[in-house]
Amino acid sequence: MKTSLLMAALMACTLALPARAETPCCATGDLGLVVERATGSLLVIDRSDRASIGRIEGLGDLSHASLTYSPDERFAFVFGRDGGLTKVDMLTRQIVARTLQAGNSIGGAISDDGRLIAVSNYEPGGVKVFDADTLALVADIPGTSKTIGLVDVPGRRFAWATWDSGEAFMADFSGAEPVLTKLGDVGKNPFDAVLTDDGHTYLIGLFGEKGVTAIDLWDADPKPLRFLQDYGKTEEDLPVYKMPHLQGWAFTEGQYVLPAVGQHELLWVDRDSYAEVARTPMHGQPVFIIAQPGSPYVWVNFATPLNDTVQVVDSRTHQVVKTLTPGKAVLHMEFAPRGAEVWISSRDDNKLMVYDTRSFDVLAEVPANSPSGIFFTARAHQTGL
Amino acid sequence: MRSVIALLMLALPCAAEVAPQRAQALQHMVQQDCGSCHGLTMKGGLGRPLTAEALAHAEPEGLALIILDGVPGTAMPAWRPLLTEDEAMWIARYLKKD
Repeated sequence: MKTSLLMAALMACTLALPARAETPCCATGDLGLVVERATGSLLVIDRSDRASIGRIEGLGDLSHASLTYSPDERFAFVFGRDGGLTKVDMLTRQIVARTLQAGNSIGGAISDDGRLIAVSNYEPGGVKVFDADTLALVADIPGTSKTIGLVDVPGRRFAWATWDSGEAFMADFSGAEPVLTKLGDVGKNPFDAVLTDDGHTYLIGLFGEKGVTAIDLWDADPKPLRFLQDYGKTEEDLPVYKMPHLQGWAFTEGQYVLPAVGQHELLWVDRDSYAEVARTPMHGQPVFIIAQPGSPYVWVNFATPLNDTVQVVDSRTHQVVKTLTPGKAVLHMEFAPRGAEVWISSRDDNKLMVYDTRSFDVLAEVPANSPSGIFFTARAHQTGL
Repeated sequence: MRSVIALLMLALPCAAEVAPQRAQALQHMVQQDCGSCHGLTMKGGLGRPLTAEALAHAEPEGLALIILDGVPGTAMPAWRPLLTEDEAMWIARYLKKD
């Protein structure tokens, strides 16, 4: 129904205004992009119609690709593994700019004012910053270490950490010249980092030693603080077949929920005292832990070979309340911004599953080629994403 | 010493075959799961590049050992719980495009 209305509107629009025919007359607020990692393409999805509505091709190596959105939710900036930074137009479904800015990159962020795109690189290390309109290079902050956990920080700033050297940095672009500050030594082999939704705390997970590092970014002189010293990887731990991701680290019920590294557990930490309050035994090595908006629940997926399962945990009781098997190789979950539905990607079943988050009913199944990350345009307005 | 023994133990599987269907699953695993760290095109990421060029001077037996037992002190896990020695050898040769 909605589709046919849209089609009718589109046709009317085309008939009345032939000059504007190339711009479809629909908005992007309920659209999203899905990374099709093997084919280097993006699937354009419509959340309301629970359907795919187009495909954008030619984006290179999209393994571990992520993306971020312009403030008007029209453009996406896609960070590819091959160092490609690609700007795509959600309305025309075209690539509007593309630059191979490094040999090997891992992710990026958009500044709070939407003017700057920062990309974190593995090879060579460091961070490059581009103009969001043209993708022209604005700043090159070289490094000798692989960059991880790059986030935007309010005030035209970016923060990141480094895998090899175990440092954290902040770059401030609010003045005429960028100012680079080292936030401190954070520990051995940080594997990912995340900014709390209030922009207050930068949390850095460590792979090379036990512990998590927190940096209070509201402090005038931020310093690393180590907590959960018994958390993380040891030689006796189980093998980690996929690095956990922290972008979805959930912050709920006054707690941080962290993926144990090398243990099949979630760890719950009090947000004020940094003390561990509970552990939840899980199906496998957690990868993403994502809070369902407007609810006490977090949803968790797992590393290979136990990656056909998703579990839902109540943050009040720390108990698993639901176990789902959406398909083979579940790589990512993305919630509708108000939490009513969740989209889940099943890479090896070549599909996206849409679940009702209250009834757990499957609302739709959308075909996709080896889908990984799912990104709704509402991310345009979320700090740290 | 341990690695020498393991190398000797691996001497036999060198000639061993992997069933075509399993080979297909292994190829998928290399591309997708190894690709998480080493890149879909094996040009590297958090993990080192694993292109045939990058592995030109590596012995398949040594690669198979790394696959099976991991590299302590790095993010490379031991895949022995999921792979047989034959399968690790198959992956090593596949990567080297032997």
